[in-house]
Amino acid sequence: MYTAPLQALIDELGRLPGVGPKSAQRMAFHLLKVAPEDALRLTEAITAVKERTTLCPVCFNVAEGDLCDMCADTRRDPSLVCVVEDPRDIVAVEKTQEFRGCYHVLHGALNPIEGIGPDQLRVRELLTRLDGDAITEVILCTNPNLEGEATAMYLARLLRPLGVRITRIASGLPVGGDLEYADELTLGRALEGRRDVEA
Amino acid sequence: MTLYRDEGVVLRTMRLGEADRIVTVVTRGHGKVRAVAKGVRKTKSKFGGRLEPLSHVALQCWAGRELDIVTEAVVLDAFRSVREDLSRVTKAYTLLEVVDQVAQEGHRNPRLYEMLVGALKVLDDQDVPLLVASFLLKMLAAEGSAPFLEACVSCGSAGPLVAFDQVEGGALCASCRRGRSVSPEGLALLRRILGGGLSSALLEPAGPLADEVTELAAEAMEAHLDRRLRSVRSNPAG
Ligand SMILES: [Zn+2]
Ligand SMILES: [Zn+2]
Repeated sequence: MYTAPLQALIDELGRLPGVGPKSAQRMAFHLLKVAPEDALRLTEAITAVKERTTLCPVCFNVAEGDLCDMCADTRRDPSLVCVVEDPRDIVAVEKTQEFRGCYHVLHGALNPIEGIGPDQLRVRELLTRLDGDAITEVILCTNPNLEGEATAMYLARLLRPLGVRITRIASGLPVGGDLEYADELTLGRALEGRRDVEA
Repeated sequence: MTLYRDEGVVLRTMRLGEADRIVTVVTRGHGKVRAVAKGVRKTKSKFGGRLEPLSHVALQCWAGRELDIVTEAVVLDAFRSVREDLSRVTKAYTLLEVVDQVAQEGHRNPRLYEMLVGALKVLDDQDVPLLVASFLLKMLAAEGSAPFLEACVSCGSAGPLVAFDQVEGGALCASCRRGRSVSPEGLALLRRILGGGLSSALLEPAGPLADEVTELAAEAMEAHLDRRLRSVRSNPAG
């Protein structure tokens, strides 16, 4: 139906997460129409990301060259480590401007049904890090879903004997949300995590 | 499209697009259902944590050709004590995985559904060491594939029975022995679970005996499904 190169492009785009056959077609035809230099910029960006992006050897965040920006930043507090599932979660935490410590990226969460156990995650690397560095607190910042909670519980049990402070991000209601629409689990945890109000 | 209501347990979820998920639910009246929960990954989603795996929910869905669409979800039981205990959540994962394998889309199996809800309630109440083994064996029995334990499955002799083989489908005497060995206590416990002694079996403590029976039940289920049980093999609580 299409020329071979066009079909190849549609197929490749269709492999991207969240892209169905229809969207792949639409994107391919869009690229067909754009100016050559625009299309070239995209191919260059893809090549650059593959050639120059590595994983930080300390925290496994995406990095360009050796250490990632977080680990290279000497103003950050290396005694505080925030454990996340994915490099994108670092971006989310950074946006809060509330955290000035360092990170550790697991690259996933425990999911026994999918066969993802501790060995498939950067857990051993976290242990090694705790062994060497002067880390005093580990913040478990995995997603508040079944897999993320299981991962946090697993890590808490694993790290407890090491004598560092282990904390879990609080679970609660979204700011701007309506109480009446909150699900029972979220509301229950929010109530449990209530705190005193300074008058 | 038609609208329907049912009760179910969320077995697993899969990301779809930017903010949606496909949830797989085993229901009382519609068998295994796969439905799209729109916007569920957004912080302000009306579904919130209601459609997380393990949740026991009352659902309202539009029936679609391939996928249904969830329009409403009300939590009947979130099994919070299970969720917040690594040992229990690990057991629950195995129940969900097995039910996902056995339940079929478009085939109602209320008994399977009831068994799952019942087992999760027990687990929510307390961390029962033999829960997984009992569930697997009872499910095999419901599927007509319970292991034969009354006599040697090969020659019919009364015993003593010393081995257990999945291919033969039961226990074996010393002269027919193949498969794995089984202790007399393990065999007695298996018989109790399958033979009406379930409630007392659920009181058995954790330990080598419970581990032996759990391993045996898992192997029997794997042989029945002709597939490895990933949650048993990658047990983070173990
Ligand atoms: Zn780094
Ligand atoms: Zn025999």
